[in-house]
Amino acid sequence: MIEANLPVLLIVIPMITAPLCVLAGRGRIAYAMSLLASVLVFAIAVALVIKVGDSGTIRYELGGWEPPYGIEYVVDRLSSFMAMFVSALGMIVLFYAPHSVNKEIQPSKHYLFYATYLLCMTGLLGICVTGDLFNVFVFLEISSLSSYALISLGRTRRAPLSALQYLIVGSIGATFILIGIGLLYQMTGTLNMADIASRIDTIDGPRTIMVAFAFLTVGLCVKMAVFPLHTWLPGAYTYAPSVVTCFIAATATKVSVYAFIRLVYGIMTPKFAFELLPLDSALMVFSLIGIFVASTAAVFQDDVKRLLAYSSVAQIGYMLLGVSMSNIDGLTAGIVHMFNHALIKGGLFMVAGCFILRLGSSRLSDWAGAGRTMPWTGFAWAIGGLGLIGVPMTAGFISKWLLLTAAMQNGWWPVAALMLLSSLLAVAYVWKVVETLYFSEPSDAVVASTEAPAGMLIPTYAIIGCVVLFGIWTTYSAGLAAAAAAELLGATP
Amino acid sequence: MKTFPIIRVVTKILIPYILLFGCYVQFHGDYGPGGGFQAGVIFASGLILYGLVFGLDAVRTVAPPRVIEKLMSLGVLIFAGTGVLTMLLGGNFLDYDYLEHHVLPGILPTGQHLGLFLVELGVGVTVTAVMTMIFYAFAGRVQAKHVQAKQEPTP
Repeated sequence: MIEANLPVLLIVIPMITAPLCVLAGRGRIAYAMSLLASVLVFAIAVALVIKVGDSGTIRYELGGWEPPYGIEYVVDRLSSFMAMFVSALGMIVLFYAPHSVNKEIQPSKHYLFYATYLLCMTGLLGICVTGDLFNVFVFLEISSLSSYALISLGRTRRAPLSALQYLIVGSIGATFILIGIGLLYQMTGTLNMADIASRIDTIDGPRTIMVAFAFLTVGLCVKMAVFPLHTWLPGAYTYAPSVVTCFIAATATKVSVYAFIRLVYGIMTPKFAFELLPLDSALMVFSLIGIFVASTAAVFQDDVKRLLAYSSVAQIGYMLLGVSMSNIDGLTAGIVHMFNHALIKGGLFMVAGCFILRLGSSRLSDWAGAGRTMPWTGFAWAIGGLGLIGVPMTAGFISKWLLLTAAMQNGWWPVAALMLLSSLLAVAYVWKVVETLYFSEPSDAVVASTEAPAGMLIPTYAIIGCVVLFGIWTTYSAGLAAAAAAELLGATP
Repeated sequence: MKTFPIIRVVTKILIPYILLFGCYVQFHGDYGPGGGFQAGVIFASGLILYGLVFGLDAVRTVAPPRVIEKLMSLGVLIFAGTGVLTMLLGGNFLDYDYLEHHVLPGILPTGQHLGLFLVELGVGVTVTAVMTMIFYAFAGRVQAKHVQAKQEPTP
């Protein structure tokens, strides 16, 4: 019974635990329940990866209604890979959470915090496994609405403001997506993704299909925070509670990239998007501008969380660059960079959370010399930072290397050169923090601070360890991503 | 509103009918137009009317925010629990065919009918609670500000 229902249990477990947390009404019980749920979800995701690897795509009919009439969940290589790392990050961040949550969020709201966190996870995992286009929208809204709520719980009064800003921009994005879905539904009369793909005529079809695709692309670009549409992201990441930033920065934008990959490769075909329409050059230009502008902005930030947020905008550029190459290596690089960047950025935000816990500030000037009083935390930053730059033996190197190879195969030499150049900007902003941590005179507050608690350091090092591990051993990162990319390109006509 | 006897009396007369109509839309939704969402909104509008006329404290004693908060999640649990039940009975999530039973045929709903009944009940409970909670959140804002200002002077 359990085995047959695995795809839906992935969603149902966090979805049921969230209201149970509210019914429990106590922070500690809610935490224990959500931790248990996240471990179960991770186990299910791993089981799904194994099962998909053995026996191919799993299809699950919700309510026993045959698709295209009912909602269908489809777990293939790409979606199981996504679900695996989203749930893994969700679990590790929850292990890391208690100290930080106790300090940053009012005790009376703890149980609501954990319930909302689980709902956010439900939404993100739901986008990964569903095979129904409208269902994607519903889950996208579940994850977005819960992340607005989570962000507004931040310490300062600017948190609700940036949550509101995110809400307005995010709702506009969601509206665009809904209009796009509506137009596709009008053209095909179905919402099942596979069914839509088999029914639309992308080559001689009416212009409505192009308009639908445009709406969906712009809507998803808002959710992905692609360069000119990224304005909501720095504020939201900076003022959210540390734990929320860790989780959302590591997963939310990647899941939107996943939805975009599904749209281009699963429904519309890359031929339509990249040959009939010039989306590949558009994405390339925006990605490259985004990489440079956001990285440069990151160099000049004093707030470390804002610095990392701008860096996230830049990293989304690398992912889209890979996706827009539309060959197997580029797509592999894009997919594996989602995974690697989730680890790196999740890890770095966790390090930032440790410093914030002890120093009470996310401003770099308040962290001066903290590398000496908090050596373990400082060292974790250094390793994670090397990953972000893309130094060999770290996960960041693997994805950048793949991306570079793919760019050269396509003959995009200027792109390859610009990518290498942009890594220097990453060196600049990572080094800026390292320098302040180790080579500045510590202030009194920093001298009085002590090492972060083991309960936070161990999960942080688990992630940072993964950054190094997946820089050397790529069977389960680049290997799975390559299989997923091959399946995506092979499945499309 | 304490000085408007007509409003008070008319409200007192209307509220039971509003609540009754809410129940009708909820439970007759199986046969005619209606369903959990509409019923929930109607039911909550009864509570909100009471709050508007007799004051926030009065409606808070009728429907305490703590209880409303639990009801919000209880509704979701009823919905999802139905799905889990069908899984336990051997079917897919929310496959109501597995709810088929032979207890009191013709009186108790069964199969797809029972499934929809339970799911809509969950929706009704959650929507009622959420609507009321939104009302509390807006109406209680000024009050909350005063309380907060007294308790924690520094943000």
